[in-house]
Amino acid sequence: MAVFLALGLNLNPGEIPSPFINKPAPNFSAPKLQAPEQKLTPAELKGKVWLFNVWASWCVSCRAEHPVLNQLAQQQAVVIVGLNYKDDPNDAQKWLDTLGNPYNVSIMDQDGRIGIDYGVYGVPETFVIDKKGLIRYKHTGPVTAEDVQQIFLPLIAKLQTEP
Amino acid sequence: MKRLLFIFLLILSGSSNALDYRQLSDPKQQESYETLTSELRCLVCQNQTIGDSNAELAADLRRQVYEMLEQGKSKEEIVQFMTDRYGDFVLYKPPFKGKTSVLWIAPVVFLLMGLIAVFVFIRRKKAAAILHPDAGTLQKDVEKQKKIRSLLEKGNRS
Repeated sequence: MAVFLALGLNLNPGEIPSPFINKPAPNFSAPKLQAPEQKLTPAELKGKVWLFNVWASWCVSCRAEHPVLNQLAQQQAVVIVGLNYKDDPNDAQKWLDTLGNPYNVSIMDQDGRIGIDYGVYGVPETFVIDKKGLIRYKHTGPVTAEDVQQIFLPLIAKLQTEP
Repeated sequence: MKRLLFIFLLILSGSSNALDYRQLSDPKQQESYETLTSELRCLVCQNQTIGDSNAELAADLRRQVYEMLEQGKSKEEIVQFMTDRYGDFVLYKPPFKGKTSVLWIAPVVFLLMGLIAVFVFIRRKKAAAILHPDAGTLQKDVEKQKKIRSLLEKGNRS
């Protein structure tokens, strides 16, 4: 009984295991935030390792995460795609102008449909997608500098060596 | 009268699912809509169903359920759609399978363990009582009981 209690207390109910690991990244065709007439699909990213980072200007913990992403972007180790989730494009643009833009490209998901396809339930969330288009890792909540060093960079380096 | 009205309003406010009213033309589909929204968990509020919750994600998921029903999708297809994306956690009633078997079996096991413990405990107590009728009672208590008995007898006589 004590064992079960200890197990239960140490589990984080906010962590919902993702059913997506090693599954293909769900398809989408979404307008780019900075060029809405153009659309982006995951097919265009085949052959590249990319991060898919869910963010919004209304999301408080995204603000904490933002400098970490800016720093990661400077290293140019990986393509960073932003999913601007349920946001006002003007607010989103303002956010990037004032805080810096770590994204190679951001796409818009104003009605949250892409979010549902990716099982998004808390912003920010970050997916790591390999060259074949498979989701290899999902991170819920803000990515910290520590996470980048201990999880993201080693994983990205490994995925870059895969065909 | 005022109190009655208040109670009436309270009862009314308790009826959920009225957050954004959706009506499907087919009554059977409407029924599916109501069951599904009361069986799917709101991921951000965790202990509410998507039917009870005001969270934006819950509203989006209700819309998703509604649209899929309109497209003629079955209940099973919709549940599959949700578990493909959010895992079993999205279901209030987890399915019985390897990973969740502990959830289903553990309560029965614990109940049995409890019953066995109670049974053993009672048996031991009984056996002890037969072997040593005075075991567990202190000398002081024995004296007290004697005193009580003698007082009672005195009382009976008078």
